[in-house]
Amino acid sequence: MLFDFANVLVFTALGLGFVGVNLLIGKLLRPSNPQERKLSTYECGEPASGSAWVNFNIRFYLVALIFIIFEVEIAFIFPVAAVFRRWIENGQGLFAFVEIMIFVGILFLGLIYAWAKGDLEWVKKVRV
Amino acid sequence: MDASVILFYVISVLLVLSSLMVVFLRNVVHCALALVVALFLIAILFVMLHAPMVGVLQVLVYAGAIMVLFLFVIMFLNPTASEPRRKLWWGFGSAAALLLAASLAALLSNGEAPADPVTATETFGSPETLAKSLFTDFVLPFEITSVLLLVAIIGAVVLAKREP
Amino acid sequence: MQAYIDQLIRDGYFAGMPKEVVYAVAMVLAAFIVLSVFVAPLAGVTSWLERRVWARMQSRVGPNRVGPQGILQWLADGIKNLLKEDLIPSAADAKLFSLAPYVVFVGFLCAFVVIPFGSQLIVADLNIGILYILAVTSLVVVGILMAGWSSNNKWSLLGGMRSAAQIVSYEIPAGLSILTIVFLAGTMSMQGIIKAQGWAPWDWFLFNNPFTFAAFFLYFTAALAEGNRTPFDIPEAESELVAGYVTEYSGMRFLFFFFAEWGNLYVIGAVATTLFLGGWQVPPVTSDPILLGVLQFVVFFLKAYLWVFIAMWVRATLPRVRVDQLMALCWKYMVPLSFLCLLGTICWMLVFPKGNQIFSVAMFVLGLLIVAYFFKRVVFQIRHARPELYFKPHI
Repeated sequence: MLFDFANVLVFTALGLGFVGVNLLIGKLLRPSNPQERKLSTYECGEPASGSAWVNFNIRFYLVALIFIIFEVEIAFIFPVAAVFRRWIENGQGLFAFVEIMIFVGILFLGLIYAWAKGDLEWVKKVRV
Repeated sequence: MDASVILFYVISVLLVLSSLMVVFLRNVVHCALALVVALFLIAILFVMLHAPMVGVLQVLVYAGAIMVLFLFVIMFLNPTASEPRRKLWWGFGSAAALLLAASLAALLSNGEAPADPVTATETFGSPETLAKSLFTDFVLPFEITSVLLLVAIIGAVVLAKREP
Repeated sequence: MQAYIDQLIRDGYFAGMPKEVVYAVAMVLAAFIVLSVFVAPLAGVTSWLERRVWARMQSRVGPNRVGPQGILQWLADGIKNLLKEDLIPSAADAKLFSLAPYVVFVGFLCAFVVIPFGSQLIVADLNIGILYILAVTSLVVVGILMAGWSSNNKWSLLGGMRSAAQIVSYEIPAGLSILTIVFLAGTMSMQGIIKAQGWAPWDWFLFNNPFTFAAFFLYFTAALAEGNRTPFDIPEAESELVAGYVTEYSGMRFLFFFFAEWGNLYVIGAVATTLFLGGWQVPPVTSDPILLGVLQFVVFFLKAYLWVFIAMWVRATLPRVRVDQLMALCWKYMVPLSFLCLLGTICWMLVFPKGNQIFSVAMFVLGLLIVAYFFKRVVFQIRHARPELYFKPHI
């Protein structure tokens, strides 16, 4: 099994190497003639006004939070899914089914809550 | 020496280096990305301990999901200038690190030779073993986890409501 | 692969060499072959074919000058990009800016470790294969956020953030649809999932029950969104964001983002084929292992490439959705629906532990009818357009 995963490491190394070698070949071949204008930030031809590193909208944060919660849920169900068929064959299917239903059901409540509170809306209504 | 033991030491050295980068780099985004590297290396260690499931979940949940959240938070708060180091935090951090080091030293010096870093049985961390223990010994914690996640969703929604 | 090398070692091919060295050489060789013989030409040819296909759908000709029918266009593009100046904006975070293409490229390339091209033709059949694909593709998000943030450009940052939010959101329906199949197959290994199906269409998981039929479309839609493809390409919506997170990139670094995008298209098709369409399963027509291997490879490749073609078709057909529609579609429709598919499949498994053959055949016939009706409409449309533009491939 370690052999299988070693392939992943080799692919990672080769991927890094492939990009690196290509960029290196490019570096030897391509012109390099930097000018102040050329290196300025592109803002549709206007001179760039200020840095882009400004405070960003909180809604991205909320999406990421809800995403993590469901991702963790998926991560929990994955090992269970792989053995569910065997449990059915052993006659324990109903028990496992109830377990999964409870687990998924409770989390689905969370989605409904976030939905009801309007946090799945991308465009927020402005409260006056 | 076995190839996997050499790999273990190489990865451990890289892991310590990237962890130090998380602590010492001045730009917060750089720190977060060093953390991605560290988490990825930890995933490799998990795989070497014959727990590929945990290793892949480590990449999926931590390096993939939680890091996106971290980066979003960093970009939301956007610390433009790197903060000056605060003396008080520095003190707390050093104290905690010393305590940890002392307890580790105590653990390691109790006479027993440290176990081989890369030995575990083949079935130890397989998905089947994991699922079996989730559904037999740890059914209640498994279900309670879902409640915990539900509380997390509600917490997130409530926190987001407090925006001005 | 390990078993094969062990066999060679036992036969005395590598006498006197340590086992580790043989393994390492074999692994590097395998990875190199996959990358240079398969992935790179595939991504290149896909980029050319996509432009040709769009051109035809828009009554244009498309690139047809380099090589026969322009098939070598991708090489010309590669060389051109190699010779282009590589600009790093002075306001950018130079280190992260130059590192981002590496992360994106590795995240996509690693998926090829577990893609099964045939019963013997796989680099490594990990026992957690499908979960592994989910994990490595989620690393692409980190690369995109790096690119977007480090450019220090408003378009880039906005594109990167949108892209990340979109990819992570659509990972939920994609993950749940994949879970549906893991429940059915009882394994996470890619080969195991294929072996749980048969060569006949009614043995595919696609037609196993109505819920998997729906899960397939949910998966394909979510995967298109994860790959930043039209109609979900708002991260690089040129009408509002210039080029999204690649705005400041030029030359080779720019190319690598698109290399990953086009290669990723094939990964999407391959995963869909493995999970729902029976993978490399072929009818037992021959017992010659080499001929069988070639047949399996061709079948798998064509099935997967069909979905690449459909993605091109979709891109040429549908307009881009708005960002709020995108998020609403994911969280309000696709996530609940994929939950429903998951629970429905579990119930189906409880009711029919062995599956229901009659129902599968009925589903298959229904699917054929849908496709037939669709093609009837297509032919009708073509008849009423200007057909001379469609049926002259050699312009």
